[in-house]
Amino acid sequence: MKLQVIVTLKKDVLDPQGSAIKNSLSNMGFKNIEKLRQGKTFEITIKEKNEKVALSKAKEMCEKLLANMTIEDYSVKAIKE
Amino acid sequence: MKASVIVFPGSNCDRDIKISLQKFGIKTSMVWHADAKLPKSDLVVLPGGFSYGDYLRCGSIASKSRIMKEVINHSKKGGLVMGICNGFQVLVESGLLPGVLIRNINLKFICRNITVKVTNNKTNFTSKAKRNSVLEIPIAHNEGNYFASKDLIGQLEDNNQIVLQYCDATGNINEQSNPNGSMKNIAGIINKKGNVFGLMPHPERAADSLLGGIDGSLIFKSLK
Repeated sequence: MKLQVIVTLKKDVLDPQGSAIKNSLSNMGFKNIEKLRQGKTFEITIKEKNEKVALSKAKEMCEKLLANMTIEDYSVKAIKE
Repeated sequence: MKASVIVFPGSNCDRDIKISLQKFGIKTSMVWHADAKLPKSDLVVLPGGFSYGDYLRCGSIASKSRIMKEVINHSKKGGLVMGICNGFQVLVESGLLPGVLIRNINLKFICRNITVKVTNNKTNFTSKAKRNSVLEIPIAHNEGNYFASKDLIGQLEDNNQIVLQYCDATGNINEQSNPNGSMKNIAGIINKKGNVFGLMPHPERAADSLLGGIDGSLIFKSLK
C-alpha cells in the first residue's frame, strides 16, 4: 500500500523559507499570493493490506520521526498506485 | 572527570572538543553513534557538525541513533550532557531539552564571533563565569533560531533555565544583538534538573588564545 504523508509547520510558527519563496514569486509577477507555507511530503510504500493499520503505522512514524510535534502538523492518506 | 564525545556521521567538531576537554584535565574518549554501550562517563558531549547531512531536520536522525538510548539513560541518572550547535539540535530532537531550533530568521548561515550574556551562572556548565558577564564566542549555524510556545518560554524563565542570551558587547539583550531570531535571544538553555545543557555558540572554538579567544574556556573550567 502506498501512503502520502504531508508535514507542515503549525499555523503560529514562523516560516522564513515560505516567506522568501512568496517574495520571489511576487517579484516574478505572481502578485496575488496571499499566503505561502512550505512543507514536506513523504511517499511511503508499506507491506500492509489493511488501510487502517497502514495509516496508524504512518501516524506513529510521524510522531516519532517524520514531524517535530513542537512546530509541525502532519496528515496521512492512502494513495492509489 | 571522564567525558565521552559522541561521533555521528557528519560530526565535525568532535576532535576540537576532545582537545579542549583534555586541555582542562578531563579524560575523554570518542564514542561512535552505532555503539550500544556508553563507557563510564561523568559527562557526555554531543558535538557540532552536520549529522546525517542535516537530512529531515537538523539533529533528528542522530537523535534516534543507537547510542542516544544510552545518553538518555545517562541523563536520567543525573549524568551531565552538553550539546553544542548540532549537538543542541540533537538534544531538542531527542526531547532532553524543550523547544526547537529552526532556520535563522534571515535564512543565512551565520559564521562569526558573537557575544552572549551568562544570565545563569549557577549551573554545572557556567559556574566559573560571573553572573551577567559577557563572553565572546563564535557561532556557525543555519538553524539556531530557538522557538518554543509562550507557556514554555514562561517556564524557562520561571525556572531560570535560560543560561546564555545573545547580547551586544556591553551586555544589552535586544533585537539588534539577536543574530538568528531566537526567542528571548536564547543562545543556551539547561533542563529543569540542571544536568543537560544545550548551546549554539562553540566554546571549543574559543578555548585557546591561538584560536583568537579564550572566553569559551570558562565553560570547560566550570564542568564538574
